[in-house]
Amino acid sequence: MTAVLEVSNIKKSFGGIKAVDGVSFDVQEGEILGLIGPNGCGKSTLFNCILGQLTPTDGEVKVDGKVVTGLRPSELNRLGVSRTFQLLQVFPKLSVRENLILAGQEHQGNMVSRLFGPSDAGLTAAADQIIGFFKLDHLATETAGGLSYGQQKLLDAAMAFMGGPRLVLLDEPAGGVNLTMLGDLKERLAAINREKRATFVVIEHNMEFVMSLCTRVMVMAEGRLLAMGTPGEVRANPAVIEAYLGH
Amino acid sequence: MTAIGKYWRIALGVAVIAALIIVPMNFNRYGLYILSQWAVMTIAAMGLNLTLGYAGQVSLAQGAFVGIGAYAAAIMTTQGMPLIVALGVAIVLCFAIGWILGYPALRVQHHYLAFVTLAFSTLAFLVFRNEDWLTKGIYGISNIPRPNVLGFATNRPLPFYYFCLGSLGIVSLVMWWLIRSPWGRAFVALRENPVRALSLGIDTRRYTLMAFAIGSALGGVAGTLYAPLTQYIDPVPFNLSLSLDLLMMVIVGGSGFFFGPFLGAMIAVLLPEWLRFTQGYYLMLYAVAVMLLLIYSPTGILGILDRYLTERRTKAASALRAVAKSRLETAP
Repeated sequence: MTAVLEVSNIKKSFGGIKAVDGVSFDVQEGEILGLIGPNGCGKSTLFNCILGQLTPTDGEVKVDGKVVTGLRPSELNRLGVSRTFQLLQVFPKLSVRENLILAGQEHQGNMVSRLFGPSDAGLTAAADQIIGFFKLDHLATETAGGLSYGQQKLLDAAMAFMGGPRLVLLDEPAGGVNLTMLGDLKERLAAINREKRATFVVIEHNMEFVMSLCTRVMVMAEGRLLAMGTPGEVRANPAVIEAYLGH
Repeated sequence: MTAIGKYWRIALGVAVIAALIIVPMNFNRYGLYILSQWAVMTIAAMGLNLTLGYAGQVSLAQGAFVGIGAYAAAIMTTQGMPLIVALGVAIVLCFAIGWILGYPALRVQHHYLAFVTLAFSTLAFLVFRNEDWLTKGIYGISNIPRPNVLGFATNRPLPFYYFCLGSLGIVSLVMWWLIRSPWGRAFVALRENPVRALSLGIDTRRYTLMAFAIGSALGGVAGTLYAPLTQYIDPVPFNLSLSLDLLMMVIVGGSGFFFGPFLGAMIAVLLPEWLRFTQGYYLMLYAVAVMLLLIYSPTGILGILDRYLTERRTKAASALRAVAKSRLETAP
């Protein structure tokens, strides 16, 4: 097994507040790593530091053994790292299909070849495949803004897979999604992980979702790593129970 | 869109183009001048529509680029160079300056960006006015020749109008193709959600600069037509109010709609002329009309049409759902 993502000693402070205070971990190829912790413990800040949306105060991030700290999010994405967002981030005025084509087009050729190439960057078939995979078929030509919250959440996840990423960071994919759709989403993620050997890191508050999907779970509290282990180990860890439930 | 809707739209397009070619044949000199001005301003507004309407970057400098194009054309053609060379120079010059002007947009947005571009607009005006050696300052440049196009002289108003209309046609085709290309999609992404765009590998920095550069280059194209249209230029038409006029054309027509600039330029260039019969009141009436329109539809004229079409689609969809539901309920 090789490490797809290596995070070493990431720190991020905002003024005097240490949002992330020296976190290190590795993610192996094909793994689904869950990242849990109470609100405000630094999970999303850690994501943003890994993805180049924020510059870490200290520390280093490697993807496939290559140092990527300081790269812009767009450059990181073209190296095969994609993400979903905690809050909805689709393009409301574009259709579902257009959203997906947009999500994949920058991985095709270069700026010049895209300008003179086909209007869909040759991605209609690939987009429709993902649309089918996420069971959004009947919505392909609808504008994304008209979809229900759960459907937009599914589209948001689908967009992260258009470029054929090696590593996907999902920030609360289950938030606000109803139970039926949640089951679908989990099953789809597991299928992509199996078939494409895509590696995931998932922030999620829904314990049932995390414990059943993830192969390993990492717990953060107050900007630090509190525990790491299989779902069973983490569930039984007294420090985790205390961080979540108090005394 | 249904197939019938598509044929209707093609028919409407053909009818409008035919009307633009045939109807002006009987127009007098002034009518043709106004129509040519409409075509020229539409080109400039299309450029701003790309920067502002599609890519979401505010600019109050489009008038300055029209000025740069006009001065390039005036200076070069009065020296005996052909207009096509001036056009090339204007496009390259405006593209480069527009690219540089895009850099502030990487740091500031909205009103702040508007102020940066406004400062540039003022700077350009001062150069036109004060650099006498190049622009002849407040005296302006006169006797700007009209070009020969494919062997035809365009000195008379009607051929020159066709020249402007043809240029508008070419620019429209290029623009249509551009906004339907992956670039057009990336520009919209820039407007709608730059953070998400960045996480999808879209180099938002390069696309922002590109939106400014291409939009500005179209301003330059409009300028190279403006100079031989009026045959005399001085700095005054290219002051801030032209930039504001162009901004108004984009917003009144419908920002981010392909045909917005055509309608916006029509309102801005033709409506004051149609209101002239009211004599002293025409500019006041014009101002009131624009205000009322924007209160009724903040998204411009095409915003009204868009709202109507969306409502109709939603109604059709809910009707379909109601039918499906009643069938389910009555099913045995």
